[in-house]
Amino acid sequence: MDRRTAIKWMLTAAATIAVLERDGVAAEGAPAAAKGYGTDPDLLKAYKPGDVWPLTLDATQLATAAALCDVIIPADAKGPSASSLNVHLFVDEWISAPYDGHAADRKLVVEGLGWLDEESRRRFQIPFVNLIAGQRNAICDDICYAPKAQPQFAKGAQFFKKFRDLTAGGYYTTPEGMKDIGYVGNVPLASFDGPPPEVLKQLGLA
Amino acid sequence: MPIITSSKTQPTYDVIVVGSGAGGGQAAYTFTMAGARVLMLEAGRNYDPVTETPMFQTNANAPLRGVATKDKPWGFYDSTIDGGWTVPGEPYTSASSDPYRRFNWWRARMLGGRTNHWGRISLRNGPYDFKPYSRDGLGFDWPINYEDVAPYYDKVEMLIGVYGSNDGLENTPNSPAGVLLPPPKARAGELLAQKKAKGLGIPIVPIHRAVLTTKQDADNIPAKLHPGNAKAQRILAEAMRARAACFWATDCGRGCAIKATYQSTTVHLPPAMATGNLDLVTDAMVREVLVDANGKATGIAYIDKSTGQDFVVKARVVVLAASSAESVRILLNSKTAQFPQGVANSSGLLGKYIMDTVATSLAGQVPALENLPIHNEDGAGGAHLYAPWWLYQQQHAGKLDFARGYHIEYSTGRKMPEGGFSSGLEWLTGGSYGRKFKEDVRRYYGSTLSFGGRGEMIPNDDCFCDLDPTVKDRFGLPVLRFHWKWSSHELRQVAHQQQTFKTIIEAMGGKVRNEPAKDPLTVIRPGGDVKHEVGGAIMGSDARRSVANSWSQTWDVPNLYFCDGAPFCSNADKNPTLTIMALAWRTADHILERMQRGEL
Repeated sequence: MDRRTAIKWMLTAAATIAVLERDGVAAEGAPAAAKGYGTDPDLLKAYKPGDVWPLTLDATQLATAAALCDVIIPADAKGPSASSLNVHLFVDEWISAPYDGHAADRKLVVEGLGWLDEESRRRFQIPFVNLIAGQRNAICDDICYAPKAQPQFAKGAQFFKKFRDLTAGGYYTTPEGMKDIGYVGNVPLASFDGPPPEVLKQLGLA
Repeated sequence: MPIITSSKTQPTYDVIVVGSGAGGGQAAYTFTMAGARVLMLEAGRNYDPVTETPMFQTNANAPLRGVATKDKPWGFYDSTIDGGWTVPGEPYTSASSDPYRRFNWWRARMLGGRTNHWGRISLRNGPYDFKPYSRDGLGFDWPINYEDVAPYYDKVEMLIGVYGSNDGLENTPNSPAGVLLPPPKARAGELLAQKKAKGLGIPIVPIHRAVLTTKQDADNIPAKLHPGNAKAQRILAEAMRARAACFWATDCGRGCAIKATYQSTTVHLPPAMATGNLDLVTDAMVREVLVDANGKATGIAYIDKSTGQDFVVKARVVVLAASSAESVRILLNSKTAQFPQGVANSSGLLGKYIMDTVATSLAGQVPALENLPIHNEDGAGGAHLYAPWWLYQQQHAGKLDFARGYHIEYSTGRKMPEGGFSSGLEWLTGGSYGRKFKEDVRRYYGSTLSFGGRGEMIPNDDCFCDLDPTVKDRFGLPVLRFHWKWSSHELRQVAHQQQTFKTIIEAMGGKVRNEPAKDPLTVIRPGGDVKHEVGGAIMGSDARRSVANSWSQTWDVPNLYFCDGAPFCSNADKNPTLTIMALAWRTADHILERMQRGEL
């Protein structure tokens, strides 16, 4: 993250801004040169991130993305964690796509991942991936809801919103995610019988 | 689907049909079943839903989890290929840079056209819908009435298979007994809305959609549709038996490999092909209608996209079914000494009075639908219920500030998650993440819903298309330039739509995600956005004030007809596809009779 961007993100509210000059994200915001899948793609093939256009994130960024994915969607009794389903690779696919709007998301996410590490080092002197849960939450609590975020976290909150949307979209489209929420369709049935009696009863429609 | 190449066409045909969608498919079906020799030209590639439809693919296997992109603007698994809001190398332009005056034009360059993708909603126009001017003094009356079209609605519904019920509501015609297939059972959210809307005086009833909820009656329908024609009966019976009933999975917009929904490619074209009377050339981009010195159409000039070569094909009759705007464009690009402003344009009205559907939507969340027991709500791959327009009397009595009505389509249920699933959920969660977020997603899944209006637009002088004076497509053909402006009738209707949706959502105990807009112009979907564009070659009873007569025959060229939405002179709230098919069948019957009498 360059100095100008970092300052923009952190504004001046924080007493000290430990701006770290780092490389590796020089391409942020640059339009992807790759082409999309075209107007007549093979619809029957199974695609995975990187199949159609090259990905963006380096190993450090991917590790941070995976960690943030799991802060948003950790494992619990009903489903695995987001990173165990490679949702962070979907995020990378998304921000690398050569379609309208994705370049803005790339800039937001790449800068956001950088900011997350900066903020982590500022508060705890170690990168985000090395934080314990309470430390991660301390940062995420400040950026998880844009309408109530402090001004210095406005941009961070914008990033978190985007990242949460992408994580949810990536996670709940997987077989494990669909099972988690109780989506039980996409199977052929001999008949469609409408809602079961217990549903009608709960709705007062029985 | 068997097709022929440009070099294999016959020296002449009875009929050339341009376009293979709802209108072209129906016309070709009717002609070929009656024994006429037909050449169909389709600008897109061959397409076979049986082998190409992604029936059970989940979004995790799609790029970007299946969300819409410029390449696949209705989502990755939508059946539309080589098309959408843009077609590479085939631009169109807007006369105004004002975003509220733009027009969006959806095209599909594929066999079957937009019927592969459409919502399958199949509503009849009612008696009022053919005589709107007589009723409120606005727009135009059709030179035909409901009784002229009703027998063809019956036939089309029996042919394609439409589910629904007969509820006897005003200007919402019943079908004869035995024509409709049984409606599917309603989903939980659909039922709750039905119950609460009833208290508001809004009737919610089964919608009509072209989906087979049971197998068609292949033993009896063919004889009703083709009396005295044993060959046609046999072919249709076989085609009907090759269609499966819905198996209650897969969104219809993907297309249907088991042929349970109507698509031209699975319903019209297979029997037409089986007659042996249909030649079909795909990748055939029509350049112009050829007209001789006597003012009669002789055939079509087209560009074979696979080779870039020009071809000329000839027929006794030319039928345009390229979609309303594309048919207009072909005629505007067909210029002769007799027709310097385009063939069939002596009235100067070609391209005038294009209409789309008036639409907006409002989303909400209903706590009663939270945490429902897990169950499968895929259903028939689209809506099961809807609300027909219910305020005809109030409107007629002048109690509303807009002249034409709308019906309500709505969407509820435990759907298969797509890429944007749970996006923006913080309006309900306050920004949760972690285990709380997972619990929130489970809680709210299936409890959100969206109401959308589909309303009638009144034709006006500001909505038309002409040829762009400078821009050409990759074939060197001038492209269409669209002019658009909503009138106050549409804007007031949209304001009424939004208020109604809020009222229903709140009657369900829910809350709206966004309040109704103060300025309806900011929430009305742009012209063309509902993909119901019709008009441009309106029919009438006066050659000076219309392009076509009551048979969709052009006034100027006696053997040139339309079988798409171009001759519509009003655009009722009812989705136009069923009416396009009914009128195409009627026009084809008329052409067959005139050919038999030697008049064509």
